[in-house]
Amino acid sequence: MNDLRRIIVEAIADVAPEIEGSALSDDAPLRDQVDLDSMDWLRVIVKVHERTGVNIPERDYRKLVTLSAFVTYLQGAQKTES
Amino acid sequence: MFDYATCRDAFSWANERGELGSLVNMAAACVDRHARGPGADRVALRYLRRDGSTASIDYAALAAATNRFANVLASLGVKRGETVFSLLGRVHELYVAALGTLKAGAVFCPLFSAFGPEPIEARLNLGAAKVVVTTASFYAKKIAPIRKNVPSLAHVLIIDGALGGTTDLRPLMNGASETFEPAPTRADDWALLHFTSGTTGKPKGAMHAHGALVQHYVTAKYALDLRPGDTFWCTADPGWVTGMSYGILAPLAIGVTSVVDEADFDAERWYRILEEERVSVWYTAPTAVRMLMKAGPELIGDRRFPALRFIASVGEPLNPEAVAWSNEILRRPIHDNWWQTETGGIMIANYAAMSIKPGSMGKPMPGIDAAIVERLPGGGVKVIDEPDVEGELALKQPWPSMFRGYLGEQRRYEACFSGDWYLSGDLCRRDEEGYYWFVGRADDIIKSAGHLIGPFEVESALMEHPAVAEAGVIGKPDPVAMEAVKAFVSLKRGYEPSETLRRELLGFSRQRLGAAIAPKEIAFIAELPRTRSGKIMRRLLKARELGLPEGDLSTLEGGR
Repeated sequence: MNDLRRIIVEAIADVAPEIEGSALSDDAPLRDQVDLDSMDWLRVIVKVHERTGVNIPERDYRKLVTLSAFVTYLQGAQKTES
Repeated sequence: MFDYATCRDAFSWANERGELGSLVNMAAACVDRHARGPGADRVALRYLRRDGSTASIDYAALAAATNRFANVLASLGVKRGETVFSLLGRVHELYVAALGTLKAGAVFCPLFSAFGPEPIEARLNLGAAKVVVTTASFYAKKIAPIRKNVPSLAHVLIIDGALGGTTDLRPLMNGASETFEPAPTRADDWALLHFTSGTTGKPKGAMHAHGALVQHYVTAKYALDLRPGDTFWCTADPGWVTGMSYGILAPLAIGVTSVVDEADFDAERWYRILEEERVSVWYTAPTAVRMLMKAGPELIGDRRFPALRFIASVGEPLNPEAVAWSNEILRRPIHDNWWQTETGGIMIANYAAMSIKPGSMGKPMPGIDAAIVERLPGGGVKVIDEPDVEGELALKQPWPSMFRGYLGEQRRYEACFSGDWYLSGDLCRRDEEGYYWFVGRADDIIKSAGHLIGPFEVESALMEHPAVAEAGVIGKPDPVAMEAVKAFVSLKRGYEPSETLRRELLGFSRQRLGAAIAPKEIAFIAELPRTRSGKIMRRLLKARELGLPEGDLSTLEGGR
């Protein structure tokens, strides 16, 4: 859980380094907390894919609204794949 | 339109103007004209909120709400010709503020909500903002930090509460009258302010007049094939000119229902909207089409779009693959068209009645004359008549939605014209059948996701960082957005390139400029190439980035 959260936050910080040092809420929409346009958001998702191996099809992007939802999604995907 | 040539020959601006009725005030012609007739209870705007809920407002209710807003402005002492800005997402209040401001005879300037504090401050000051309409959260993040630098700003109206130094808009609206006599504006009275980017200097505020509406009306009919009874969806944000001209004004001028989606791009959501809202005419952007292509056809599933009759796009050239994709997946072609902030409305288009050449922007609108020209030394131009020769796209002035000036910059305005011609800055060619094809920009302006980004604005923000000596910014080709902003930065003595510093600069520029304008990539460079006169050679940076021949370097200081 903590590992996945860290991976997501690091991917966001790679694209939007201004968030470093600020605490992201687990339950508020990510894109309300971080200024990410569509291009930024795709880059975040690609980085998370590269670092976790989890394939994230476009239709699932809507499930990744909050940090906790993103983590839950990755956990579920890892279980199914393993 | 049944036949392009016939329609062009028979076209008359006076006839078209007649169809719009006698009201010259843009908002009155868009809203009140229908609210007073049989269209009063037709849905004008259908809002799809982020959380999945929906709301609809009919023409009569929109007339009442915009009258209330106009009365609020009057009560605050806002006079004709003064500027009202918005910093809002695609929410009801944005549409009410835009149309209410126009009714009051004041000037409306929508700001894109993804802008950071610096572009916002620059635009508020250039436009001498008297009022800003925004949310509590945008205010706290983006306006409060710079408000002391905007002396003209008298009122901040908050749509969802009030913070110190601001006013809660809701009680003002509730207490305002639902009747208002629209300002008796004339066709050449200033109505809208849209900022666009220059290669050098500050953003340019293109001024548009109330008379532009006839162009929105005509282009909606001919280029978008919009007819009474249609459900129209323009995906552009009103923070950009497309979202104002075609997301607000044009569909209301025709009297149809417009779908407004508050949420950001989401392929599955978009297919659902097309199906469930029974969208019949859809105006979107090549970047969005490419994002749908990338998302894959399986997202469509069982969805069918029997209501969808016409699809158009604007922003950057629509690649032939996207036209083929649309034919296959949506079973209809996409009709690309071309225009700019300065032209105020569609100028060149692929029409329903004309076969599409994939990759081409089509042919000039009825009422519009276009040409390919070559600039001559001394300021003149030569019209190039031969087909398939590259040159600058020019339009014969004037036309109703032509910009009336760059605010406070008469010289820059005049520099856009040569004799009868408005010079677009876009390099194009025309084939022997009269179709126009985009080739590239004649200057260093970056085209990303359908928006123009001025390299100077990005360079200026980077140079505020203590480590940065100079910065050069280019558009790097991107498969989806056409270009992505890339910055080259040289450092002051005492600073060394490092990953930490690169990230710091990225965050620094993003906080100032916002995600929509800030660089996506930053690279260090020992020294930026400059001309002898000291101008940064962005073209050379770009050639190097692409591995292209660097061309004539004779004016370059020191060479490479």
